[in-house]
Amino acid sequence: MSRTDSGNGPNGSVLVVGGGIAGMQTALDLADSGFYVYLVEESAGIGGVMAQLDKTFPTNDCAM
Amino acid sequence: MVECGRHLNIKLLTLTEVAELTGRAGDFTVTLTKKPRYVDMDKCIGCGVCAEKCPRKVDDEYNLGLAKRKAIYLKYSQTVPLKYAIDPVTCIYFKKGTCKACEKFCPSGAINLEDQEERFAIQVGAVVLATGFAPFNPGVFDTYGYGRYPGVVTSLEFERILSASGPFEGHVVRPKDKKEPEKIAWLQCVGSRDLKPGAHSYCSGVCCMYAIKQAVIAKEHAGADLDAAIFFMDMRTYGKDFDRYYQKAEHEAGVRFVRSRVHSLSPASPDSLDIRLEYVDDQGKLQEEIFDLVVLSIGLEASEQFRNLCQRLDVKLDGHGFTSTSSFAPVTASRPGVYVCGAAAGPKDIPYSVMEASAAAAAAAGELSPARFSLVSTKTYPPERDVSREEPRIGVFVCNCGINISGVVNVSEVAAHARSLPHVVYVEENLYTCSQDTQDKLTEVIREHGLNRVVVAACSPRTHEPLFQETMNNAGLNKYLFEMANIRNQDSWVHAQEPEIATRKAKDLVTMAVAKSALLNPLQEADLPITQTALVVGGGLAGMAAALNLAQQGYPVHLVEKTGVLGGNARQLLTTYRGEDVGAFLERLEARIFQEPRITVHRQASITGVDGFVGNFKTTIATGNGAAVIDHGVAVLATGAKEYKPTEYLYGQHPGVITQLEFDEMLRRRDPRLAQAQTMAFIQCVGSREDHRPYCSKVCCTHSVKGALELLEVDPGADIYVLYRDMRTYGDREDLYHQARNRGVIFNRYSRDKKPVVTAQGEKLRVEFRDHILARPLAVEVDLLILAAAIESHQDQSLAQMYRVPLDADGWFLEAHQKLRPVDFANDGVFLCGMAHYPKPLEESIAQAQAAAARAATVLSKGTVKAGGLVSRITPDFCCGCQICVNVCPYQAIAFHDSLGVAQVNEVLCKGCGACAAACPCEAPVLLGFNNRQLYAQIRSVLRSA
Repeated sequence: MSRTDSGNGPNGSVLVVGGGIAGMQTALDLADSGFYVYLVEESAGIGGVMAQLDKTFPTNDCAM
Repeated sequence: MVECGRHLNIKLLTLTEVAELTGRAGDFTVTLTKKPRYVDMDKCIGCGVCAEKCPRKVDDEYNLGLAKRKAIYLKYSQTVPLKYAIDPVTCIYFKKGTCKACEKFCPSGAINLEDQEERFAIQVGAVVLATGFAPFNPGVFDTYGYGRYPGVVTSLEFERILSASGPFEGHVVRPKDKKEPEKIAWLQCVGSRDLKPGAHSYCSGVCCMYAIKQAVIAKEHAGADLDAAIFFMDMRTYGKDFDRYYQKAEHEAGVRFVRSRVHSLSPASPDSLDIRLEYVDDQGKLQEEIFDLVVLSIGLEASEQFRNLCQRLDVKLDGHGFTSTSSFAPVTASRPGVYVCGAAAGPKDIPYSVMEASAAAAAAAGELSPARFSLVSTKTYPPERDVSREEPRIGVFVCNCGINISGVVNVSEVAAHARSLPHVVYVEENLYTCSQDTQDKLTEVIREHGLNRVVVAACSPRTHEPLFQETMNNAGLNKYLFEMANIRNQDSWVHAQEPEIATRKAKDLVTMAVAKSALLNPLQEADLPITQTALVVGGGLAGMAAALNLAQQGYPVHLVEKTGVLGGNARQLLTTYRGEDVGAFLERLEARIFQEPRITVHRQASITGVDGFVGNFKTTIATGNGAAVIDHGVAVLATGAKEYKPTEYLYGQHPGVITQLEFDEMLRRRDPRLAQAQTMAFIQCVGSREDHRPYCSKVCCTHSVKGALELLEVDPGADIYVLYRDMRTYGDREDLYHQARNRGVIFNRYSRDKKPVVTAQGEKLRVEFRDHILARPLAVEVDLLILAAAIESHQDQSLAQMYRVPLDADGWFLEAHQKLRPVDFANDGVFLCGMAHYPKPLEESIAQAQAAAARAATVLSKGTVKAGGLVSRITPDFCCGCQICVNVCPYQAIAFHDSLGVAQVNEVLCKGCGACAAACPCEAPVLLGFNNRQLYAQIRSVLRSA
């Protein structure tokens, strides 16, 4: 990782707090468009509540 | 999840919390504390030996205590990172100083009992809060008996009961005695729409839908005889396709819907686990019924921990403990540079959370765009070796996966078998082929032995192929010269009781992989440059918001509006449900659009043709000045919707009957008729939730309640009636509903088969309806009748066809995935937002617009699109021109070339799914990496060995 910003402009990284479905989506969208992301999760793994759900409406897709 | 864990530019910090935030937007310093995991993440290979040996069993939080886990544990089997952690609160070593079983048995020496908490600081430009919600704890109320009666569970516990990976493997049982229930009741609004201290006045917005889903799935699992009853006050199925699901649940699946709030629960008899429910039914009669299991549909709340976090971060909360945001900047928190998404900003469902998540990314990217690419890194690989003239030299790596494979399969026998196969020049057994040190070794072995094909016999390519392909790249080999044999998931796991058969199957799987591998060809990927410009269709609020964000992110935008003005339907709105002035906001937004040099606005313009594909679209627009062609890389469709012009209730025949938008206009003009009117009525669901429009228009309940309150501002003595089917004031809109009832607005429910009857009485109108409490007909004479007319789609088939995107049965644009890709289309490079997707309130349209901008920016920022790799190619000589492939392709990647008379694949759009190859009657499509020659070789090899 290299820092090329001169110190005047904004920092090109973002802190995302929470590794549930929302945090993961934010992290991926930012990282996929040129920003460095710190994804912070308080538990031992990401996934959040959605990973606890069985199937989801309307397609009855598995929540995983 | 796996993508997050593997992404080069996402640093995943687990067991970590935010302690402090200093600095300002664009230049924050964040102090983080990282709790000890006691397991070295670099060394842990997730084999599970530690948990097997750990003697300490504790309640598993993931299964909400319905199952046990060990003190050293994986949060759940698919978690990312797939690394164990020790819970120091329950671990015997941390209590008594002895045990260390995990340390003793860990094959990779990953246990570190000396691990310490770390505190460190990072520099960031922005912060996004995506902390979610806490489930409401029904134990705080005596009435539900939760915790006392084993027959009462929460809806989240019921999710685990239903789950195939849950404690009962998806068998619907009562946890305590494993009885298969014959009757299950769901009680709605537990902790929501409840003014008792400890509960929440707001509607949690998601429970009606999940209860229906649970009831339907429970009936699928337990059989149609299961009596599934949902006790509710209003059925709030206001989202896209939700009402259809509700109708299906009631009429096809046979779920019972009981409109009632249950007032008490008690054991059916002193020694029974069954629960007696007492309630007052629709007719006002006292009823009681006994159920085997009662599921409490618990709401969503902001946790204490979240409130503390926001206090530390200096982020303001609303009255319910969620972050406070404006409707016009729905993902922007009170502190500049801090954004919020998902349930942290109020209760919401998965698609809306995902949408806001992308919106938060857009909002942050808009602020930080000068620093884009300043901190990210990219991978570089050594040049690829040309192997085209070499004989196949195959290396086979057989993985023990700790004991996951070797506990069943005789790995040495499999390795010996691999040595006997044609073209195999090198075979190795690994304890863990996926470990980092094995990757380095693999790279060396490939170079040293001149391998030009690699087969790994281990686990699933879904999780591990990218890792090994990267190793191929590092060793200077094309990554498509790699093949996996899944001897774990498809073998040792399923044949755990039959080691001999499993070993034979492992040999067969390796034989097949080697046979295919010898025929693998390097596949090339090309980067095609794209036009880093966006085109937004529709100049309403959503289109304007999308255009503005993309411009802030640094990309030129063409905003195409068919009328002469920007703003769309929002021009007719007065205020948001929170009372914010829509007109003033629109003026500011419009000014910013016109000041923004990157935005070109095309008014009175229509789209007449679209060519090209992601990265390189050419859209032709017709304006008063003639036609113009716009080159653009992405398109955002934000064409909106319109208010239905009713044919019911004397609309258009009597001047006293108006729609909601016309009513807003009267309020805006301070029409004297409003002040003169003494009695007014609103009729809800006019044109919505009917056979030909079987959806809820989502905004009208709140709109009417808000309107009623505004009328009371004009004349506090006015008599106001709201005739409704279900009041759907979801979220904190419920507070308005409550306020309206308190201030004397009369709410009266009608059913679809007994609609109000409106007749003209001179200048007035007579409205007859049935009072649902008195159970008898009533009539009121009103001065003004306001119809909550449906929102309907523009049914723009031609636009949909030009961008090759689908419309659903109601005419709304159909997204790629209703939950996980709510603003994408299956057709790459085209995105959607606003009411063209489904009726929605203003703040949701803005969030969706920002989300579409974020998704579009992931395409635009790359500067190129990938073509080739694992794609299909159609051999023109074999193509008979039947176009079956064109129709089966789910990505619109195949087009028929009229003059050549053959189908052709666009390699940028092709995802390599193989649907065309399977459908073609002449075997014309060749799926690279899975061609027929390779597949036949696999089949032949295994038949020969059998």
